[in-house]
Amino acid sequence: MARTVWDSSVGKKTVMAVSGLIMLLYLVVHMIGNLKIFFGPGEFNHYAHWLRTVGEPFMHYEWTLWLIRVVLVVAVVAHATSAYQLSRRDLRARPDKYVHRKARTSYATRTMRWGGTILALFIVWHLLDLTTGTVHSGGFQPGHPYQNVVDTFSTWYGDVIYIVAMLALGLHIRHGFWSAAQTLGVGDRARDRALKTVANILALLLTAGFLAVPVAVMTGVVS
Amino acid sequence: MTYTEYVTGEPLVDQKAPAGPVDERWDRRRFEAKLVNPANRRGHTVIVVGTGLAGGSAGATLAEQGYHVVQFCYQDSPRRAHSIAAQGGINAAKNYRNDGDSVHRLFYDTVKGGDFRARESNVHRLAQISVEIIDQCVAQGVPFAREYGGLLDTRSFGGVQVSRTFYARGQTGQQLLLGAYQALSRQIAAGNIEMRARTEMLDLIVVDGRARGIVARDLITGEISSHFADAVVLATGGYGNVFHLSTNAMNSNATAVWRAHRRGAHFANPCFTQIHPTCIPRTGDHQSKLTLMSESLRNDGRIWVPKAKADRRPANDIPEAERDYYLERIYPSFGNLVPRDIASRAAKNVCDEGRGVGPGGQGVYLDFADAVRRMGRGAVEEKYGNLFDMYARITAEDPYTVPMRIYPAVHYTMGGLWVDYDLQTTVPGLFAIGEANFSDHGANRLGASALMQGLADGYFVLPATINDYLARHPGRDPVDDRHHVVQEVLAETEDRLNLLLAVDGDRTPDSFHRELGELMWEFCGMARSDSGLRKALERIPRIRDEFWRRIKVPGTGEEFNQSLEKANRIVDYLELAELMCLDALHRAESCGGHFREESQTPDGEAERRDDEFSYTAAWEFTGTGTAPVLHKEDLVFEYVHPTQRSYA
Amino acid sequence: MKLTLRIWRQRNADADGAMSTYEVDGVSADMSFLEMLDTLNEDLILQGEDPVAFDHDCREGICGACSLVINGDAHGPERTTTCQLHMRSFHDGDTIDIEPWRAAAFPLVKDLVVDRSAFDRIIQAGGYVTAPTGAAPEAHATPVPKPDADFAFEHAECIGCGACVAACPNGAAMLFTSAKINHLNTLPQGAPERETRVLDMVAKMDEEGFGGCTLAGECATACPKGIPLVSITGMNKEWLRATRKAGGR
Repeated sequence: MARTVWDSSVGKKTVMAVSGLIMLLYLVVHMIGNLKIFFGPGEFNHYAHWLRTVGEPFMHYEWTLWLIRVVLVVAVVAHATSAYQLSRRDLRARPDKYVHRKARTSYATRTMRWGGTILALFIVWHLLDLTTGTVHSGGFQPGHPYQNVVDTFSTWYGDVIYIVAMLALGLHIRHGFWSAAQTLGVGDRARDRALKTVANILALLLTAGFLAVPVAVMTGVVS
Repeated sequence: MTYTEYVTGEPLVDQKAPAGPVDERWDRRRFEAKLVNPANRRGHTVIVVGTGLAGGSAGATLAEQGYHVVQFCYQDSPRRAHSIAAQGGINAAKNYRNDGDSVHRLFYDTVKGGDFRARESNVHRLAQISVEIIDQCVAQGVPFAREYGGLLDTRSFGGVQVSRTFYARGQTGQQLLLGAYQALSRQIAAGNIEMRARTEMLDLIVVDGRARGIVARDLITGEISSHFADAVVLATGGYGNVFHLSTNAMNSNATAVWRAHRRGAHFANPCFTQIHPTCIPRTGDHQSKLTLMSESLRNDGRIWVPKAKADRRPANDIPEAERDYYLERIYPSFGNLVPRDIASRAAKNVCDEGRGVGPGGQGVYLDFADAVRRMGRGAVEEKYGNLFDMYARITAEDPYTVPMRIYPAVHYTMGGLWVDYDLQTTVPGLFAIGEANFSDHGANRLGASALMQGLADGYFVLPATINDYLARHPGRDPVDDRHHVVQEVLAETEDRLNLLLAVDGDRTPDSFHRELGELMWEFCGMARSDSGLRKALERIPRIRDEFWRRIKVPGTGEEFNQSLEKANRIVDYLELAELMCLDALHRAESCGGHFREESQTPDGEAERRDDEFSYTAAWEFTGTGTAPVLHKEDLVFEYVHPTQRSYA
Repeated sequence: MKLTLRIWRQRNADADGAMSTYEVDGVSADMSFLEMLDTLNEDLILQGEDPVAFDHDCREGICGACSLVINGDAHGPERTTTCQLHMRSFHDGDTIDIEPWRAAAFPLVKDLVVDRSAFDRIIQAGGYVTAPTGAAPEAHATPVPKPDADFAFEHAECIGCGACVAACPNGAAMLFTSAKINHLNTLPQGAPERETRVLDMVAKMDEEGFGGCTLAGECATACPKGIPLVSITGMNKEWLRATRKAGGR
């Protein structure tokens, strides 16, 4: 069955839909967590520490977090690999372009491909910046995420990268959520409008929620 | 000897028609027919040319039976055969409406509707099989219209008073054809059918008096090749495109049947052509084809013209009192639902009187104002929406508010290759099915009966009767390209194409087609006369001469060359047209779609002359432009006694 | 009216192709688009040039043969087939670009003619009901609810023209394939082969080199018969259902 799914273009789209929804669920949690920054360094840092102790005593320290990380890495890799392979297939299927080009023809497709690439690069930077601290501006302090976040968004490039990525994320979710619903076969004529509305609301909430943090730092609400 | 000085040869007798009560004949024939052992069928190859309702259903069914089928079509896919364009429906004597229908009534209606020029045995078989066709198509997943209870819906259709027509909105032909195409696809996938699309049959190979194969051209590469079989089935449709403008597809053509005729298959009743009353009128000289508006529109639309001549007011400005609903007036009991030939001729008459509407006065109104008032716009839309859309697209007029304009156009040819009860032509091993044969409709076909006949022939009749031929000819004498006959046919085909390319004249293929078509429409169209037909017979050979002097076909034969395809088809039209006119000239009576001005009743209705013409005219080819030989097959009516048709 | 046509000319599959420019004059608004091309071809023949090859047959919008991309739109600016497009949709002095369907799975034959036999092979993979002639039960033995019959019909309307593939930025045949699956899988007659049909047809579609679906929606916009985009959703659902069932066996 796994073979059937992976070998089929419809199956690979299913992989993308499922992995995308897993990531979407994670992002919702992530965004809610981010908003804790408005309640001061104490609560934010405590929340960050709690993430490592979730599930204790059944789970050892950081086991849950690592489990989540593994699931996410699998999701990201599956999502990206499928996307890459499907895009390759799509480009092969249309080798000759029309002389008379229409601007709109591949709007959604292009948004997804470029947006996806931007997001992939962003994730790498984001992890090196705030998880490992490798490319962090100023002194990265493990265990003090509040200060690390403030440091990042105190640089102009940190803000630019983040804002661009979050806008890309919004567009990606907007088409991606609806698209996943179609791929998983839950859309129909009656539900189509509702699905599009949910996709728009999700995209808007996540973008706004994530952007609230850098904006707050830039405007000095959080410092 | 000139072309019109034909001689009458031996009478033709259908050797296969069984005797006995008419409703037992088909059973009896099936029982008497020899069978081929299932294990031996694989060893038999059958060529089927055409993939319409008849060809598609025959190919699929023969392959299911175990025969090796090689199937041809000129289209890029078997799904595009012109049966797909049939709109209205398919008749079947199911009597689901409990409105007095029966096999016998369908049989009676068809014989009468055909103006007593069809064989009773064949028509009865057709009526019997009609009920099985519906079962078969439903099982294939054909999405017929249904009632809310989930059962099949039916409607009444041109020329009958019972609701026996099954339909799928205005696309019944499409849905039935896709059913046959899908059955065909299943057999192609199973390896039982070799499908050759974009390959056109250009000649028939007859060896030792039996059909043994065909010569065909690959339309992409231009390669001409021979294909061999134990039997050849022609399901290549009708020859309405002789008229240039018709409702046929642009590439529908008569080459397969005409080449078969030249190789010995008699051509029956070529003058029996059907002019469909409800087509969209032409708009100018650029017109390349005519579009049919389903006859079902006559169920709710009312046909009229202004009472006054040359009344140029817009339709909606003409008050009720100044309109002439001429069909309702002349034929009160059938009204707008009279058979096609009658409706067409009536339209011609009012236009000839100068009361026609639209550009050139070649049109009559088909008005839905009453229907919209009675049923509401929604109901009209539900029933005819796609037809109205099509009309609006072509004419840029809104038929919901402005009456449609319609005019008759060539639609169907009842004539075709002569076949016996087994659907075998006069060339042993050559069968003709569907519109390509002449068998079931006499001088006029009823609405929704073409689909019925095509599928009856393909699904049920041919697969039963071809066994008898194959069983008697076990095929132990293979032929191949080295046979001198095959060499000759190949060489003749190549010579013909090369000659077309070599003339390099100054007229396009289409200009000749148009010239011939206009001539045929004028003299061999809705009304024919002795003098007109003689005029046409004088002019056709002249057009033919000019064609061979002035035709211009660009390109080469070794490539995709649509001009060459077209020119080659016109070669055959130029011969077939002559035979049609001769047949029309010799049949000095009016019957069905064939209206001779000399033979009408005092009130202008068609007058049949049974004492002289109660026969099928089967013509034997003797050479291009030389008089053919007429063979008569007498028609015997034991069950439906000929009366003057009356729809008043 | 007078028009400038820029048409893709290519002698055969192996030759190089390019756009060629032609002027046509005296075009009537009542002409169909193909009749306009007929007049061009008549002129080209008389000038001793090779006429433009294009597929066409019924010219009433049902056979699915005609297949032109006009100004970047499959079948042109109206939602109909090329043969039903009339010149009243254009204006005097317009320049019109005419190109063939473009997709790897539709190799070019000549000029504006392409080979769409991949569609036939998708149908051969399972787009049928196995109902050998003569084996059918009485037509009324299985009632079909009217909504199901109507739904099946709306998908069965597909004419197999390939506009969906031509319009799709990925050259995908999803809409074509889903139309047939929705037609047959909705009817009780199609139920016994419901799973194998969708699995085999989707696999064949992939094998023929069509692209995947990114739900750009261009197919449904171009479809002259109005097959909706959710048809693809329905196919996905059928495919997942069939995969689950097949996996469970």
